[in-house]
Amino acid sequence: MKKIAFALGLALIVTTPALAQDKGIDAATLEKYTKAMWPKTPEGWESRIAYDDTMKICSETRNQPSDADFAKIKAREAATVKFPADGNVMGDYKSGLKIANNGRGGTFTDKPMTNGANCYACHQLDLQEVSYGTLGPSLHLYGKNRGFKPEEAKAAYAKIYNSMGTAPCTNMPRFGYHGFLTEQQMKDLTAMLFDPNSPVNK
Amino acid sequence: MRRKIAVFAALMACAVGWGGVASAQQAVDTEKELEKYRQMMSDPMSNPGFLAVDRGEQLWSLKRGTKNVSLETCDLGIGPGKLEGAFAKLPRYFADADKVMDLEQRLAFCMDKIQGLDLADIKKRRFGKPGQTSDMEDLVAFIANKSSGFKIEPQLTHAKEKEAAAVGEALFYRRGDVLDFSCSTCHGEEGKRIRLQGLPDLSKPGKDAQATMGSWPTYRVSQGQLRTFQHRLWDCYRQQRAPEPGYLSDGLTAITVFLMKQAAGGELQVPSIKR
Repeated sequence: MKKIAFALGLALIVTTPALAQDKGIDAATLEKYTKAMWPKTPEGWESRIAYDDTMKICSETRNQPSDADFAKIKAREAATVKFPADGNVMGDYKSGLKIANNGRGGTFTDKPMTNGANCYACHQLDLQEVSYGTLGPSLHLYGKNRGFKPEEAKAAYAKIYNSMGTAPCTNMPRFGYHGFLTEQQMKDLTAMLFDPNSPVNK
Repeated sequence: MRRKIAVFAALMACAVGWGGVASAQQAVDTEKELEKYRQMMSDPMSNPGFLAVDRGEQLWSLKRGTKNVSLETCDLGIGPGKLEGAFAKLPRYFADADKVMDLEQRLAFCMDKIQGLDLADIKKRRFGKPGQTSDMEDLVAFIANKSSGFKIEPQLTHAKEKEAAAVGEALFYRRGDVLDFSCSTCHGEEGKRIRLQGLPDLSKPGKDAQATMGSWPTYRVSQGQLRTFQHRLWDCYRQQRAPEPGYLSDGLTAITVFLMKQAAGGELQVPSIKR
């Protein structure tokens, strides 16, 4: 598997010299450094170490994939989205608000816990919460602006699950794909965006 | 001096005592308070980071290790024992080790080769905490302070220095792990913030990079410790949800080389003080 990844890496250098070499360093050298930075996978992190083909392309192109790669990533990532079995993507918006405001969990100094989504780190949501970041767009009135349409709510759930299936190489994490958030959490966040009673839509 | 520090610590505890759901006004007030104290820091006697500088000075001349000698013959790049301005030119290539080293890697090298010191203990105490000082943090505070007022002069002539800068740049953009983050996710655009915390844009050379790299090592009020740039990167990767990066690993030095390149010409004012 590692050999395959390495071979793919080499193929990439050969076929797209402008990518890695313009930036002055080849993939094999970079790999040597990262291996030394993280010599062994910590216990329990086996499924977490992800530097997949999508991240490879996003990293090497500095989030500006070619049109061909953009389409490839979008299809590949969208195919990973698993919707709730009963098709209902709407959970509890009040719970969603708490999850959006919780930035805890998932670091190497944390004990295993239910992770927060920390939406406010990057997005404005409820106008009452003034401590919000600006790395992502404001999501105030997100559901209202989309007419509270069920298919839009489903698209939002899919974007939370795997953002790259909608916007390849976006800064936003792939919360469901990585198992960082649970299905219920993602439903609650979708409700936070699409419930007409949610303060996000006020 | 002790009283000044106690007063300062009490005030800072008030200033930083707000949690994640602070109001904007509180945050603005906190920032104003911090700015006042940053200005007070022009008096070095009131920055607790200078306690680390003092301890580092003692450690530099302390005879210890299996060879029972001090670090005073250690060459930090401008000649054995020469300290003035050395930090402003680090990391750099060292022929005797045949690699590019930051200050901490270099100190570990000298502790091992010159003093015969137990590096396991040094590495175990790499980050100070209540009741435990860090020799590395103290030594870095002392040595970096000898470059305070100097301009950052990245060393990029040797092939391995050039490689480190290029690797550091690639690492800066390398996304991965459970949240798909890279350094550039937060530090790739001007004028962005996480919550209310402003983020320096380190993707291009200039004032943000200069202000950032010119202010490490720093005294972290929230942690009550002097922190080095190794710790800053350790904490960045922690917050990225990456696994713990190896202390003194060449990748961290490569990122430092790249950032010092972005910060060329910036003035070091260290140890500084930060939230």
